[in-house]
Amino acid sequence: MTDAPKRTPLHALHVELGGKLVDFAGWEMPVQYPLGIMGEHQHCREKAAVFDVSHMGQVILRGENVGEKLEALCPQAYATLKPGKARYGFFTNADGGIMDDLIVSNAGDHYFVVVNAALRHQDIPHMKAHLDGVEVIEIFDRALVAVQGPKAEDVVGALCPAARDMKFMETIVADINGVECRISRLGYTGEDGYEISIPEDQAIEVTKAFLAHEDCEPAGLGARDSLRLEAGLCLYGNDIDQSTSPIEASLGWAIQKRRKEEGGFPGAERVQKELAEGASRKLVGIKPTGRAPARQGVEIQCAQGNTIGQITSGGFGPTVGGPVAMGYVAAGHGEPGEVVNLMIRGKPQPAQIVALPFVTQNYKR
Amino acid sequence: MATYYSEEHEWLTVEGDVATLGITKHAAEQLGDVVFVEQQEAGDDFEKGGEIGVIESVKAASELYAPVDGEIVEVNEALAENPGALNEDPEGAAWIYKIKVTDASQLEDLMDLDGYKALIG
Repeated sequence: MTDAPKRTPLHALHVELGGKLVDFAGWEMPVQYPLGIMGEHQHCREKAAVFDVSHMGQVILRGENVGEKLEALCPQAYATLKPGKARYGFFTNADGGIMDDLIVSNAGDHYFVVVNAALRHQDIPHMKAHLDGVEVIEIFDRALVAVQGPKAEDVVGALCPAARDMKFMETIVADINGVECRISRLGYTGEDGYEISIPEDQAIEVTKAFLAHEDCEPAGLGARDSLRLEAGLCLYGNDIDQSTSPIEASLGWAIQKRRKEEGGFPGAERVQKELAEGASRKLVGIKPTGRAPARQGVEIQCAQGNTIGQITSGGFGPTVGGPVAMGYVAAGHGEPGEVVNLMIRGKPQPAQIVALPFVTQNYKR
Repeated sequence: MATYYSEEHEWLTVEGDVATLGITKHAAEQLGDVVFVEQQEAGDDFEKGGEIGVIESVKAASELYAPVDGEIVEVNEALAENPGALNEDPEGAAWIYKIKVTDASQLEDLMDLDGYKALIG
């Protein structure tokens, strides 16, 4: 990518708030603010934090039977997704690998889809090519802001009382400060919270209204990454990619029963085979015993010294108070409690396989 | 007693043939929250440019490179338990090693405070 990084509608606010801006997937995004990654992470777990996630692709799908048609691209039961509901899912390829993960919402008269920033260029043409008779409209004039944390309901509810009554994975359209927004009760931090799509002209004003709440601080991509890692949530490009199947990635929970049985999505053969016989590897939580973080690419060895896999995401978990990681291990390994060694800078460091998530998810069910 | 600075953002305060080594406040700010410090042991010797430790922040791992030839005479053990000290007092209590400088002429390749200030702008 040789183009200058793109700016979100909140760019001027990031600068005003002292955000440290970096190039992320072709976007100029704040990795942290003056509070720092650790402080922002803790603030989100304890109170509330606001994240700019406008780099993600927002897409509107209009047409007949959009849910049914999405089922030809995704292993999720989108045909039966009720109006006002959102569901996590992914596009699979013909080999059963994951092309991208996404959130699909049934917005009543249309569907609303959010995809990863780095894969907008892949996903939009993919949907245009395969969703016959569906109008695929990529939205360029709206920001997407996540308000996350146990106080998120107070922060958003103070400006929009209807948001208080929403449950996890519900979506509505409502006014915030007189601005019509799409509010969805979901996120990617493991905490309760909302993702809010805001017209770009008013995005800074609405975000400032959230930040005016005493319990709310801005947080950057650094904290977003450590929060999602502790919550055991996969990052596309690290933990899941074109080669990893949903079953390997321990994402079987995101494929509804009917789809597991009926198939009818790209790569269904592999997914069904792995469901029946087990996958050759699986994504697990890994807790290093010492203090050294184990980062992406670190080799995992079993107690006997054989290589059994690799770390795909790892770092320091501020809430855990120590290093945390996720990685793939070969079949026959990966039971919680299993002791492994992580080859950090050539030296074996002991670690234990643990059940995910590292931090209990705190959703409003 | 004189303090020198390296392009790798280390400081080195020399008294006789022993120097205290650490990272600068600027380096600590760039690293962000430090969560782990990997140190070598007293008695280890090293050459200028060699890796003598790793500092890990929440964001990433950064190697510590020797600014001169020398030998480690003392390790600041407190950093193992409290790596965050590197953010609080990097140019004071959170020194990393005391080293014996084996070739004092190499100090001339380092910067003084004015030179270092010019480097970091």
